[in-house]
Amino acid sequence: MKWDEFFVTGEPMIYGAMVSIVVVSLAILIGLTYFKKWGWLWREWLTTVDHKRIGIMYIIAALIMLFRGGVDALLMRAQLAIPENGLLDAQHYNEIFTTHGVIMILFMAMPFVVGLMNVVIPLQIGARDVAFPRLNAVSFWLFFAGAMLFNISFVIGGSPDAGWTAYFPLASIEFSPTVGNNYYSIAIQIAGIGTLMTAVNFLVTILKMRAPGMKLMKMPMFTWSVLITNVIILFAFPVLTVALALMMFDRLFGTQFFTMANGGMDMLWANLFWVWGHPEVYIVILPAFGIYSEVISTFSRKNLYGYKSMVWSMIIISLLSFVVWAHHFYTMGHGVMVNGIFSITTMAIAVPTGVKIFNWLFTLQKGRIEFTTPMLYSLAFIPIFTIGGVTGVMLAMASADYQYHNTMFLVAHFHYVLIPGTVFAVIAGFYYWFPKLFGFRLNDRQGKLAFWIIAISFNVTFLPLFFLGLKGMTRRMYTYSESTGFGPLNLIASIGAVGLAIGFIVLVYNIYWSFRYAERDTTGDPWNARTLEWSTHSPVPEYNFAVVPKVDSLDAFWESKKSGKPLFTDKIEEIHMPNNSGQPFILGMIFMFFGFFMVFSWWVPAIIAGLGIVVMLAVRSFERDHGRHIPVSEIIKTEKALSSRMDTDAGLRGEHA
Amino acid sequence: MKVDHTLPLEYQTEENSNRVLGFWLFLGAEIVLFATLFSVYLTLWNRTGSGPNGAEIFEIGPVLGETFLLLTSSFTCGLAVHSMRLGLKKPFMAFFGITLLMGLGFLGIEITEFVTYVHEDATIQTSAFLSSLFVLLGTHGAHVTMGLLWGGGLMIQVKREGFTHDTANKSFIFSLYWHFLDVVWIFIFSFVYLKGLM
Repeated sequence: MKWDEFFVTGEPMIYGAMVSIVVVSLAILIGLTYFKKWGWLWREWLTTVDHKRIGIMYIIAALIMLFRGGVDALLMRAQLAIPENGLLDAQHYNEIFTTHGVIMILFMAMPFVVGLMNVVIPLQIGARDVAFPRLNAVSFWLFFAGAMLFNISFVIGGSPDAGWTAYFPLASIEFSPTVGNNYYSIAIQIAGIGTLMTAVNFLVTILKMRAPGMKLMKMPMFTWSVLITNVIILFAFPVLTVALALMMFDRLFGTQFFTMANGGMDMLWANLFWVWGHPEVYIVILPAFGIYSEVISTFSRKNLYGYKSMVWSMIIISLLSFVVWAHHFYTMGHGVMVNGIFSITTMAIAVPTGVKIFNWLFTLQKGRIEFTTPMLYSLAFIPIFTIGGVTGVMLAMASADYQYHNTMFLVAHFHYVLIPGTVFAVIAGFYYWFPKLFGFRLNDRQGKLAFWIIAISFNVTFLPLFFLGLKGMTRRMYTYSESTGFGPLNLIASIGAVGLAIGFIVLVYNIYWSFRYAERDTTGDPWNARTLEWSTHSPVPEYNFAVVPKVDSLDAFWESKKSGKPLFTDKIEEIHMPNNSGQPFILGMIFMFFGFFMVFSWWVPAIIAGLGIVVMLAVRSFERDHGRHIPVSEIIKTEKALSSRMDTDAGLRGEHA
Repeated sequence: MKVDHTLPLEYQTEENSNRVLGFWLFLGAEIVLFATLFSVYLTLWNRTGSGPNGAEIFEIGPVLGETFLLLTSSFTCGLAVHSMRLGLKKPFMAFFGITLLMGLGFLGIEITEFVTYVHEDATIQTSAFLSSLFVLLGTHGAHVTMGLLWGGGLMIQVKREGFTHDTANKSFIFSLYWHFLDVVWIFIFSFVYLKGLM
C-alpha cells in the first residue's frame, strides 16, 4: 500500500483537519509535560475505577464527539444551503452524513447517557460504586478505543460512506472498496462490547446493591429507566455484534452473507441491523425519560404523577421496541401482511409514550414550578417531542410511508425525536447533576440564554425539513437544482443550524465561566431535590456515603427533609473500596491497535495484538486484588473537612451517628 | 469483607454472588448471540449457490463423536463442581482435567471436519449456506477454545491456592459457561446436522 492510499489526500479540508489534529495533539502533549501533569493524568483518570470519574470521562468524550458530529452537520447544511453548491462533492458528502449519524448515535448520545448513568446510579441507590468497578473501566476504555478508531478513519484510509445503516449491497467490498466500511464494522464492534459489559454491570448494580429498604417500586424513576434500558442493551447488542461480525467477514474474508451471488441475501443485513437498531432508539430515549421525570418532579415540588404507570409504560415500550424493526423498510418488498403487523405494533408504542407525556403534565399541574435551566429543557421537550411522536405515527402507517420513505420528512421526524428527546435530556441532566460532581451550579442566566437559542434554532433547522420532505426532497442528496424549488427552505434550515452552533458555543462558555466564577454550593443539595444522591456532599467523596442510608419510601431524602427522620443511623465503619488499575486502559489501547490492523488486513500485527488481548485476560485471571479498606479515622477526617465547607445539618449525613 | 457461611463457598462474599448473577446475565446475552447466528443459518441454509448442500458434506460419525465428548465433558464438569463443594481437591483436579481434555478432543474433531469440508471445496467463501455454517460452528468452537485457555488457567490457580473464595467462584462460573456451550451444541446437533442429514 502506497502512502497516498494510506492517508486521505487531495482534499483541502482534510489537510486542514490533519494539521489541526497534529497541532491539538502536540498542544496536549506539551501542556501535560510543561505542567508536569502526566502522573496526575495516569493516577487520577487513566487508571481510575471510580464510577464518578468514569462518568465524567464518558461525558467529556461525548461532548468532543458532539463537536465532531456537529461539524459534520454544519458542513452538510452549508452544502445544502443553496442549489447546486460545490462545497462538497458527492463522495465527501456521503462520508459526512455517514459519520454524522454513527457518531451522534453511538459515540455521542450513548456515552452521554452512559456517563450520566455512571455518575448518578450508584449515588441514587445509595451504593458506594457499581458492582464491577474494574469492568466499568474496561467498558469505558473499549468505548474510547472504538470512538478513536472510528474518528481516525477520515484522515487514514477514508471514512465509511454507505450511510449509518450501511445497507448491503452498497456497503459490500464490491461497491465500497475502500477501508471505510471496515472501520465501521470494527470500531463499532469494539465500542459495542464495552456497552454490553456496561449493561451487565448496571443490571447487577441495580438489582443487588440498592440501599436497605429500597424495594424495586421505591426506586427513583431515573434508576428504573436505566434498569430497563440495560435490559434492552443486553438483548439488543448481541444482534449488532453478530451483524457487524458478518459484515466484517464479508468484507475481509470473502464470505457470502449479504452478497448478490452464491446465495447471499442483502435484506438479511437490513433485518439484523434494525433488530438492534430500533431497540437502540429506546436505549437512548428511556434514560432521557428518566431524567425528565427527576427534573420535572424536583422543580414542580411534587411527587411524580403515576409512578406505577410510568414504570409499566417503560416496560411495555421496551417489549414493543423488539417487534417493530421492519417499519424501517416497509418499501423494501415484504407483503401486506408483514407491513400491516409492523404498522400496528409501531403505532401501539404511541400509547405507553402518551401515558408518560400525560403523567409529566399532571406532575406539573398545580405544582410550584421553578424555571431553572434543566426545567426549561424538560418543558420544551414535551411539545417538541410530541411533534416528533405524531409524525412518527404518520410514518408508521405502511401505505402512507411509501410517500415519506427516504425523504427529508423522515430526517425531520427522527431529529424531532432524538434532539428534544435525548439531547435536551442529557443537557438537562448535565445541568441538573453538575453541582453534585463539581460543587457549584452552572450559571443559570447563561444557561437559559443557551437554552432559548438552542430551542428556537432547533425548530428553525428542522421544521422546514418536514415540508421539504413532503415536497419530495430525498435524504442523502448532496445537491439539488434550482428548479426543484427546495432552495429557500433549505437556506432557512441552514441558518437554523448556525443558530444551533451558536447555542452550543454559549453552552460551552457557560461551563467555562461557571468553573471560574460561579458561586460554590455549600449544601450538597442546591436544587432542594428528592433523591439520595443529594443527601451526600458535593463534590462527592470517593466512597459516596460515609454511612449507607436506610430507606423506607420513594424519594426518601425528600421525605426525610420533610419529616426530620434521619436517613443515616448507622455508625461509621471502615469502607471497602476497589484499587485503581492501569489494565483497562492498556486493554483498550491494545483493542484499538488490533482494530486498526484488522481494518487494513495487516494480519501479522493483528494476530500479535490479538494475543496481547488474551494475555491481558490471563493477567487479570491470575491477579488477586481485593481492594483496600478506608479506616474510620480517615473517613471522619474527610467528612469533617467536607462539612466545614458545608453548613447543613450534619446529623442528616450521619457524621455524629 | 462480609462472608455468609450458610452459602456454598463460591457465593459467600457479596462480590462473588454479584459475579455469579453478572455471569448469568452475560449468558443471557450469549443466548441472543447464538440465537441470532441460528436465525442467520436457518435463513441461509438452503441457499447453497453453486456449492454443496448439507447432506452432501455432513457425516454423522465424527459429529456423534463430538457430541459424545462434549456432553460427557459437561457431566464431568458437574462432578468437578460437586467435588469442590465437598472440598475434595484431587477429584476436582481429575474431573476438571478430564473435562478440558474432552473439550480438546471435541475441538480436534471439529478442526478435522473443517479441513475435510475445505478439501471437498466447501469453503467459507463458497456459498451463503457454507458461510453461515462455518461462522456458527466457528463461533461455538472459538468459545470452546476460550474455555480451554480459561479452564487451564483455573486449574493452575486451584493447584496453587486450593479452594478459596476466588478460585471456587471462578470454577463455578466456568462450569456455567461450559454447560452453556453444551446446550448450544445440542441445538447445533439438531438444527444443523440432523436437519441437514434428513
